[in-house]
Amino acid sequence: MSGAFRIPGAGRFSQAKTARFSFDGQSYAGIEGDTLASALLANGVHLVGRSFKYHRPRGILSAGAEEPNALVEIKRDAARKTPNVRATVQELYDGLDAQSQNRWPSLSFDVGAVNDIASPLFSAGFYYKTFMWPKAAWKSLYEPKIRAAAGLGVSPDQPDSDHYSSRYAHCDVLVLGGGAAGIAAALAAAETGVRVILADEQAEFGGSLRFETGAKIDGQDGFAWAQAAIARLSAMDNVRVLSRTTAFGYYAQNFVGLVERVSDHLSAPGHDLARERLWQVRAKRVVLASGAIERHMVFADNDRPGIMLAGAARTYLNHYGVAVGKNVGIYTANDSAYAAAIDLKKAGVNVAAIVDLRDNPTGPVIDEARALGIEVNFGRAVIRAGGKLRVSSMTVQPKNGGGERTIPVDAILMSAGWTPSVHLFSQSRGKVAFNDETKRFVPGTYAQDCVSVGACNGTDGLSATVDEAYAAGAKAAKDAGAKTAKGTKPKVDASESWSRGMLGAAPGAGPDTTVKAFVDFQNDVTAKDIRQAVHEGMRSIEHVKRFTTNGMATDQGKTSNMHGLAIAAETLGKPIPEVGLTTFRAPYTPVTFGAIVSHARGPLFDPTRKTAIHPWAEAQGAVFEDVGQWKRAWYFPNAGEDMHAAVDRECVAVRKTAGLFDASTLGKIEVVGPDAAKFMELLYTNPWEKLEPGRCRYGIMLREDGFIYDDGVVGRLAPDRFHVTTTTGGAPRVMNHMEDYLQTEFPHLNVWLTSITEQWAVIAVQGPKSRDIIAPLVEGIDMSDEALPHMSVREGKICGVPTRLFRMSFTGERGFEVNVPADYGQAVWEALWAEGQKHGAAAYGTEAMHVLRAEKGYIIVGQDTDGTVTPNDAGLDWAVGKKKADFVGIRGMARPDLVAKGRKQLVGLKTKDPKVVLEEGAQIVEDPKQPIPMKMIGHVTSSYWSENCGRSIALALVAGGRDRMGDTLYVPMPNGVIEVEVAGMVFFDETGGRLNG
Amino acid sequence: MLLIRCPYCEEERPELEFRNAGEAHIARSANIAGETDDDFEKFFFIRSNPKGIIYERWRHMHGCARFFNAVRDTVTDKFVMTYKAGEPKPSKLPGVAK
Amino acid sequence: MAKAAARKTAPAASPSVERRPALAGRSTSATSVKVEVLPPAERMSLRAPEASVAALSKALGVTLPNKPKTSASKGGRTALWLGPDEWLVIDEAGSDPLADCAKVSVLHSAVGISHRNIAIAVTGAGAAATINAGCPQDLSLDVFPVGAASRTILGKTEIVLLRTAADTFRVECWRSFSDYVFTFLSEGSRDAAV
Repeated sequence: MSGAFRIPGAGRFSQAKTARFSFDGQSYAGIEGDTLASALLANGVHLVGRSFKYHRPRGILSAGAEEPNALVEIKRDAARKTPNVRATVQELYDGLDAQSQNRWPSLSFDVGAVNDIASPLFSAGFYYKTFMWPKAAWKSLYEPKIRAAAGLGVSPDQPDSDHYSSRYAHCDVLVLGGGAAGIAAALAAAETGVRVILADEQAEFGGSLRFETGAKIDGQDGFAWAQAAIARLSAMDNVRVLSRTTAFGYYAQNFVGLVERVSDHLSAPGHDLARERLWQVRAKRVVLASGAIERHMVFADNDRPGIMLAGAARTYLNHYGVAVGKNVGIYTANDSAYAAAIDLKKAGVNVAAIVDLRDNPTGPVIDEARALGIEVNFGRAVIRAGGKLRVSSMTVQPKNGGGERTIPVDAILMSAGWTPSVHLFSQSRGKVAFNDETKRFVPGTYAQDCVSVGACNGTDGLSATVDEAYAAGAKAAKDAGAKTAKGTKPKVDASESWSRGMLGAAPGAGPDTTVKAFVDFQNDVTAKDIRQAVHEGMRSIEHVKRFTTNGMATDQGKTSNMHGLAIAAETLGKPIPEVGLTTFRAPYTPVTFGAIVSHARGPLFDPTRKTAIHPWAEAQGAVFEDVGQWKRAWYFPNAGEDMHAAVDRECVAVRKTAGLFDASTLGKIEVVGPDAAKFMELLYTNPWEKLEPGRCRYGIMLREDGFIYDDGVVGRLAPDRFHVTTTTGGAPRVMNHMEDYLQTEFPHLNVWLTSITEQWAVIAVQGPKSRDIIAPLVEGIDMSDEALPHMSVREGKICGVPTRLFRMSFTGERGFEVNVPADYGQAVWEALWAEGQKHGAAAYGTEAMHVLRAEKGYIIVGQDTDGTVTPNDAGLDWAVGKKKADFVGIRGMARPDLVAKGRKQLVGLKTKDPKVVLEEGAQIVEDPKQPIPMKMIGHVTSSYWSENCGRSIALALVAGGRDRMGDTLYVPMPNGVIEVEVAGMVFFDETGGRLNG
Repeated sequence: MLLIRCPYCEEERPELEFRNAGEAHIARSANIAGETDDDFEKFFFIRSNPKGIIYERWRHMHGCARFFNAVRDTVTDKFVMTYKAGEPKPSKLPGVAK
Repeated sequence: MAKAAARKTAPAASPSVERRPALAGRSTSATSVKVEVLPPAERMSLRAPEASVAALSKALGVTLPNKPKTSASKGGRTALWLGPDEWLVIDEAGSDPLADCAKVSVLHSAVGISHRNIAIAVTGAGAAATINAGCPQDLSLDVFPVGAASRTILGKTEIVLLRTAADTFRVECWRSFSDYVFTFLSEGSRDAAV
């Protein structure tokens, strides 16, 4: 038997399939199809958690996503632990392991419950008022303590080993909610042939048909009709039916986020199965059929385990076959609770009494309850619940006062009426309107192409709901482009009808005493707290909400918002719409980070880009560094070498013999067209018209503000064709910058840009022996200095494959950059490496590259410049065409501040002690003895140990730097002040003779 | 995620394919080198930042790669219309009251 | 125009070194979809004004499409409309489109990108679902029919997508992004059965 409270013959699941589970270490039996909540209730377990603030014992309030109390931790293994799972949503599987939260040492005896006794201390705004000073104590003392004491579950401390998937989907009509309304709308839309997606958060479709035994549609029981309709929809090619799928966010232009719980209900999900799937749906039309949520009654101790919503009790009975008690009381202001009493009574449960706050209601359910022999009391209130870990009684009193009577019960089922679920409508930026007659907020002004139908639209009655939904589904399909409609509207043969109920505190909430009549269960907000907030000056519901935290828990006040609002309005003496309704925001229910992150973790967190030569470097044991998304070989340590030893060796080898360097990541853009040179003239500071084909030039690109944006060597391959290189990191933005000007400022130019960064692998061969290494492999290019001088480019072949061979140098040595089609990159590298070995060449990485270029005073844009450096500041005036009438940045560069004296200029720095290497970013001062804060006149941009110079070298931006040659400046550091001398930027081979050496 | 109509691709495409490129209809002077400081300031630094209708440049970066212009309402975030780069500022906007 | 450069970037007749394409031969299969890296092909980025289109089409032997999101294919050569003056020309028959364009004197830009791109085929009933794991475009047959082509997004990178059959897509991406794209598509394919 799967629980003593399981009623034979009741419910919709075969009792044959038992599922064992444990809660707080105790083993129980449930059945497949149960939720954790229904399985616990079947075993008579109502106490499932402790409340957030007062640590009060809590039970199961609802049977759905609105659940504020029954939050548990579900554990599959050490890594797969999920806190704050609603037991009413978690489906049972064999072996499920659940733990209660926020209690110590045990659920039935919780030390934290002292907060309940001390509750006068913890009134609304308690934290704001109490922990005000000293300010520093908030972070170190108050906040950690409060967080430890109050709170929900504990987050897992291991990486999540589940995987999550995502899907973009498009449809004509998206129907959110799979009750009678949603199904009717989906049928109407689907029958026209348009693409339909129907989603519902439950495992089974049907919504309230799961418990409304009185509903009959098309001659069938309502729930059976729903299942048949879903089977029909699922079989249609144009329809996607998603169960266990919550629409959590409604964004601009009908973009809706859904989370499908794919495997949380499975005992042993297959490895390939995602835990959750994120659906990002773009719909032409959305039909909102999100139903309504029942409200509880606000009276003293209304949070005792065993007190729950009447509709929930009906769901447990009619859907799961579980009685929530043996002797239940009903407290209502609404007809729907009568149906619960009737169903339970018929199932053999004793109904102790119905307490109805209304004076003289009439209707068939009332007559039926009486006919079944249930005691019905009108005009009376439950003013208090007895019991602590489980409700034991309800105390009843005429609502205008009078004698009390205590009735023993083991459960109280309550209903204050139903609140339309306007959450998604509100998220769509629609404006709700208050219906004064029915006392509820319903969709008012729409902001998007959507429509609300059924209970979430304030439509009462199954017949009206189906009519409205079917018509809306058909219209949505038509608006989305459907041509034909050929379905038949479902016919409602029988339904239940409910009156409306009440808002706010019931008489049992008492005057402003120590009574705890809960409005918001999850955040422990009582009616008194809301009144107090108003008394303390809060006027807007937005302020009341924040002061009391009403509706701010993870359930977002699904059961509490309207009560809280009504109490605030009553206390203020204002009509409800004047106090306002807070805006609902995504997510509707909590969403895991896993679902949001989806595939973007591990290797898919961000693309990792590798060059064609990467496998060779990896095999050589290179150490890599991240440069943007690229992995670049940083240095190539020999056995026993640390980084410094490796870099020193690499630097020396380049200047002594030669070095090979993978420069493939350099951005490369092919600029082609008759106006190519004109375009280059406009985008770079340099003159290009007269550059002869076959020659190269170092180019500087500015932004319009006159500051350096990028640089690189450009080769002219033909009169109408340039091969432009950019910095590695700058490649995408430089391309965008060039396209921007070409398309929008200079569209008259006949020229086009193509990114060829990845077409060509680039092997830099630098050093006195570089030509000797390359020459044997090259065909069709005269390698002599006369035919191929420094800064020239030729096309030919190397190792039998095409090459663009640049003679250029970023080291100050004779050098070449060999471009070959990327797929040949590694093989050509290996061929060059073999040649290089004959001469003692080394492979060098980005660190040696940095050192070598710094020895020559070659700048790196983005390191020695920071977006506020002009060509003049960087000592690059020579690269600015003086006769040019226009180029991007020409005017910006002439701004008064950019030509003023005293600007920071790039200079070299030599430490007085040559062994001391400065720290990059270190600040520079004139007088180290001046009081703090010192006047900083510049900073170090590049700094290295140079084995070739036998000393440290550095570049720095220093105010008026070029006028300070030979001056002594100071770099104050934590361990003392470092003396430096201002020097030129070239530390090695000042005459540049080695370029042809 | 917004849907943006690309005037070159002639259909609405997801925002992920696009990139905003600042305010539209700010002409770069043909004689920029000769501009006064004031004129350059207006051209380079001053932007309208309106509440309501704004004329923007967008690029269909990961689509046709074209820059184009868009009219958008900064209050509702809604695109009023888009048009090709180089086309004049529209004199009438569909569905927008003057 | 552009003759010199075009001729010299043509593939060598007999390279003495080995070509090592990225991800060569990689493939993965899931229930309803197969993801496999395609062999190298000749590729060209072609840019041209409208006036040059007829002459270029003639030279290439395939009519350059002028409608957005379309492609044209003939004799193993496919031209994909990427922008109003931009086509990606893919030749799987081994003849170099650059050489054909080099014979044309009308205004255009032809740049060889055979090694820049990698192609991955996604085939099977779950092909569209696999790509929609990270591509925000509507890939239903009505909206993205056979022959449709578009530059777009997959996860955090850019791709060019070509639908070659109802259940087959060619995904082109840059070489260094191919590992990411292949891995993404493999992950997507695991989930494509629904």
